[in-house]
Amino acid sequence: MSSQLIKNNFRMDRLPHIWCPGCGHGIIMRSMAQAIQNLGLDKQKVCIVSGIGCSSRAPGYMDFNTLHTTHGRALAFATGVKLANPELKVIVVTGDGDCSAIGGNHLIHTARRNIDITTIVFNNNIYGMTGGQYSPTTPTNDFGTTAPFGNIDKAFDICKLVDGAGATYVARGTAYHVNQLTKIIEKAISNIGFSLVDAISICPTYYGRKNKKGTAVQMMNYLKDSAVDTKVAEKLPPEKLENKFFIGEFKNTTEPEYTEEYMKIIKKYQKER
Amino acid sequence: MDNRKADKKLKIVEEWCKGCNICVAFCPTNVLELRNNKVAIADIDKCTKCGLCELRCPDYAIYLEGSEDEK
Ligand SMILES: Cc1ncc(C[n+]2csc(CCOP(=O)(O)OP(=O)(O)O)c2C)c(N)n1
Ligand code: SF4
Ligand code: SF4
Ligand code: SF4
Repeated sequence: MSSQLIKNNFRMDRLPHIWCPGCGHGIIMRSMAQAIQNLGLDKQKVCIVSGIGCSSRAPGYMDFNTLHTTHGRALAFATGVKLANPELKVIVVTGDGDCSAIGGNHLIHTARRNIDITTIVFNNNIYGMTGGQYSPTTPTNDFGTTAPFGNIDKAFDICKLVDGAGATYVARGTAYHVNQLTKIIEKAISNIGFSLVDAISICPTYYGRKNKKGTAVQMMNYLKDSAVDTKVAEKLPPEKLENKFFIGEFKNTTEPEYTEEYMKIIKKYQKER
Repeated sequence: MDNRKADKKLKIVEEWCKGCNICVAFCPTNVLELRNNKVAIADIDKCTKCGLCELRCPDYAIYLEGSEDEK
């Protein structure tokens, strides 16, 4: 027994999933399914692609065309899928490590091309699957198994990174603010071009434990209390924004899309021959 | 499916519940509790069928369903 949304969009024989109790990834995966259902997309025309990580297990549970690839390379595979069959809505599920560490180069160049792929980053600020190594989104001074005395790196803001690189839709949501996250994912999928949603997740098992963040509920409360909507933030004095992070839509523009440009070249030279 | 709130039923999939306590903590009217590390209904009369528990359950173990799905 399960809700209609779950029955309609998941491989029931694969559930329950293996994520830890209170892992935010399950909340974000459900939100993705809700967004796809709200858009009324033909399931045969949706392809969900992932790399490697706890987050990247999501397509294994989702009842669509799915592709579970190699660590950091989801966007490269997704680019191939999209160019081979531009009719498909291609959605990439990735972790902060998968997309911004080992896959960082693919990320910036996929954004630069503005190819019609939607990337959902399940961002838990750590490498969950391999046991809590720090990632490019682990905040400075936080702990990980590879930063036992505190992380001295500065964290990436993945939204700013892909904005600068050329993505045309960029937004951030959280596992706490689920309805807003679903709306954002809908808009990201609807954008014709490269879209990225930085979906802030929680990893109570590794990030939480290493950094004494408490239970899953306490980590959800942190998301609730620390996320400020960009529209609200504009009106707040700087002291109200200390230790906060921003959610909402950062960019929504239209630029030439890569597969369309590619098809134009093919058509042009086919005519000339 | 009937979308009227009153016709919806709060359902639990006990085998899928991992006892994370998220639904219990964020239910606005304290309907839920954990019993032996599984979600349980403490007071169904207080349930407003708001659906927040379903929205935030990482394991899809609690949900609202229309009455015709009861069978
Ligand atoms: C080429 C390669 N290098 C390293 C690994 C080991 N590895 C597996 S998952 C992972 C990191 C996962 O972190 P993230 O992408 O943030 O996802 P999470 O598990 O936190 O959801 C690493 C380093 C691998 N599988 N393949
Ligand atoms: S290790 Fe962290 S990210 Fe991985 S399933 Fe557990 S809580 Fe989720
Ligand atoms: S539907 Fe709303 S009121 Fe009812 S148990 Fe769930 S969160 Fe609580
Ligand atoms: S949120 Fe889901 S998994 Fe967590 S206690 Fe509630 S029903 Fe169980």
